[in-house]
Amino acid sequence: MTPALGKDLIGLEHLTRAQITAILDTAEPFKEVSERPIKKVPALRGKTIVNLFFEASTRTRISFEFAEKRLSADTVNVAASGSSVSKGETLVDTARNLEAMRIDMVVIRHQSSGAAQFLADRIRSNVVNAGDGKHEHPTQGLLDLLTLRDRFGRIEGLRVAICGDVLHSRVARSNIWGLLHLGAEVGVCGPPSLLPRNIAELGVTVLPRIEDAIQWADALNVLRLQLERMEAGFIPSLREYNRVFGVTSDRLARAPRDLVVLHPGPMNRGVEIDSDVADGPYSVILPQVTNGVAVRMAVLYLLAGGSPDWTAPAPGNEDR
Amino acid sequence: MRPMLIQGGRVIDPSRRTDGVADVYLAEGRIESVGMNIPVGPDVEVVDARGKVVGPGLIDIHVHLREPGQEDLETIATGAMAAAAGGFTGICAMPNTDPVTDNQAAVGFIVRQAIRAAKARVYPIGAITMGQKGHQLAEFGEMVGAGAVAVSDDGHPVISSHMMRTALEYAQVFGIPVADHCEDPTLSAGGSMHEGIVATRLGLKGIPSAAEEIMVARDILLAELTGGHVHLCHMSTRGSVEIIRRAKDRGIRVTAEACPHHFTLTHERVRDYDTNAKMNPPLREAEDVEAIRQALKDGTIDCIATDHAPHHYDAKERAFEEAPNGITGLETALGLGIRELVLPGLLTLPELLERMSTLPARLFHLPGGTLAVGAPADLVVFDPEAFWSVDPARSFSKSRNTPFGGESLPGVVALTLVDGRIAFRQPE
Repeated sequence: MTPALGKDLIGLEHLTRAQITAILDTAEPFKEVSERPIKKVPALRGKTIVNLFFEASTRTRISFEFAEKRLSADTVNVAASGSSVSKGETLVDTARNLEAMRIDMVVIRHQSSGAAQFLADRIRSNVVNAGDGKHEHPTQGLLDLLTLRDRFGRIEGLRVAICGDVLHSRVARSNIWGLLHLGAEVGVCGPPSLLPRNIAELGVTVLPRIEDAIQWADALNVLRLQLERMEAGFIPSLREYNRVFGVTSDRLARAPRDLVVLHPGPMNRGVEIDSDVADGPYSVILPQVTNGVAVRMAVLYLLAGGSPDWTAPAPGNEDR
Repeated sequence: MRPMLIQGGRVIDPSRRTDGVADVYLAEGRIESVGMNIPVGPDVEVVDARGKVVGPGLIDIHVHLREPGQEDLETIATGAMAAAAGGFTGICAMPNTDPVTDNQAAVGFIVRQAIRAAKARVYPIGAITMGQKGHQLAEFGEMVGAGAVAVSDDGHPVISSHMMRTALEYAQVFGIPVADHCEDPTLSAGGSMHEGIVATRLGLKGIPSAAEEIMVARDILLAELTGGHVHLCHMSTRGSVEIIRRAKDRGIRVTAEACPHHFTLTHERVRDYDTNAKMNPPLREAEDVEAIRQALKDGTIDCIATDHAPHHYDAKERAFEEAPNGITGLETALGLGIRELVLPGLLTLPELLERMSTLPARLFHLPGGTLAVGAPADLVVFDPEAFWSVDPARSFSKSRNTPFGGESLPGVVALTLVDGRIAFRQPE
């Protein structure tokens, strides 16, 4: 059969609806693996995966590592500090040296937009983008889709408002593409200084105020507000941001329907989201984290050549 | 040096508005005569130019030659050779070398290296401010005495309006233009491509058109205030064109140039993060490209300049945001001018040569740009209808960073003469 995904997962923009659905469907049975007392299946036994993290990450790196280990892959973590990267080695040299050790996959997190694509074009191994600059973070987009599908039973026709710093957010871009491909309506809400000027051209609705987003949406995906944005002059203060754009329980109480609230983490409690919302009945923030492992297992499995119906025989060591 | 007779070409001289088949006779580095059936004297080298265009050598007033300081990217000799191969007989070297060309010794070094290379003529442009740092005016008079033809802090905008005003006032003593790289750095900081839908998709910080236009407007106001000649480098936006058009209507001393890539490519070319589509100012939108083309036609933008900016392969072989700005341009400029401006009927061939030779020479007060009798024998002979394929590996430049690799371009340069010497001749 033809591979479900191709060689790499760089972003959701260029995936099809069928491909995204295949990943989500493949993730479903993988959820159960993490609930077992022995959390391991042999799907990627003998595969070698390098987690190449040029940027600090806790949640994403650990989530990938769990996904890899629960699929029985052999994994190595490389962080930029303390490696040859800090000695001035270029990205492509680092990757080629790793590849010379006969690896199968690279999971890359990098501060520059396009770094994952750059790498994918230059090495034979599968490349999974774990976040490149302000471009995409496809597995985050996928886990958000899976979480919404768990809650609503569907994505088609849902209204999802992405709230906050869309300008600098790779999570926002992956969510926009994934949701649009699956037939959802997408809104974006935030200070105009933190929204790309031409964002509506992507096919999303711009919602000027957080109150508008709450009236409009079935679900809110609340983005982290990087503290540096204040110093760079995009907003006057975190306090005012919370007053004008914060997702608070008072505001949610005026929603015309029960809302689901997502957050990719790490949260700034009391800035973009109040604690009683984050910890309250609307929140699916922890289910998102749980789903992250299943989605990443699905992506790794499919890229390694696995069938979308993963209960079929596990892939062998076929040559790529 | 033997005299040369170039026979039977279509001789185009925009400086005298002549265009017709003729012979051109060169002797002792000068144009001796232009006319029909010039007799072949003894010991004269005869060049058969039938089917080809014979024009004044092209002149590029905006080139980065990297010497001194980055001779691994380009030297004055390799840049001057690439220029000759592209049909250029004169090029102006921007001062952002290491060390910066901000004094008479540095200007003299470039002049000497160019004489030694003996390819295209190289005219140094001095810095406006010491070290291009924007704080202290460089010695224009000393630099002009050593051979500088203009001043510019290109690569860096002159941020201080006071400094720009002073430069425009002081440059008038020496009759030289002040060439400015128009960019408001507070708007462009961190940007790596045009601010538009492609940047939004790719997650790259954009440089808004306003970053250029604000400085275009400022420079024009200062030119009006001082009466100085401001020359605006590499114009890229529709808004800049509109501001310049209004200024010219009011008689302000402003001139402007546009680069071949800005009348050829749009920001869509950055798709897939191609670092050979990264330059500053960035590739803009289709309506900007159209505005630049119209401005070249109606004279709002006076001339074409390449902003030839060599970079090492390794420097471009990086994530987009980390790669340096700039592309090579000397060998592709004529072909792009013909393909993008002449073939679609926007300019005639004489009008293109005017914008690539006569006008740039006039703006910077350079010799050349004419086939008048007595003028220096700086000529180009090319076949406007023959096509060639751009192969970066065969470039005469030391660098390979062109987005036009693999494309087919019209305009095969057969011969480039500088001072009557053969600077480039197409191998048979």
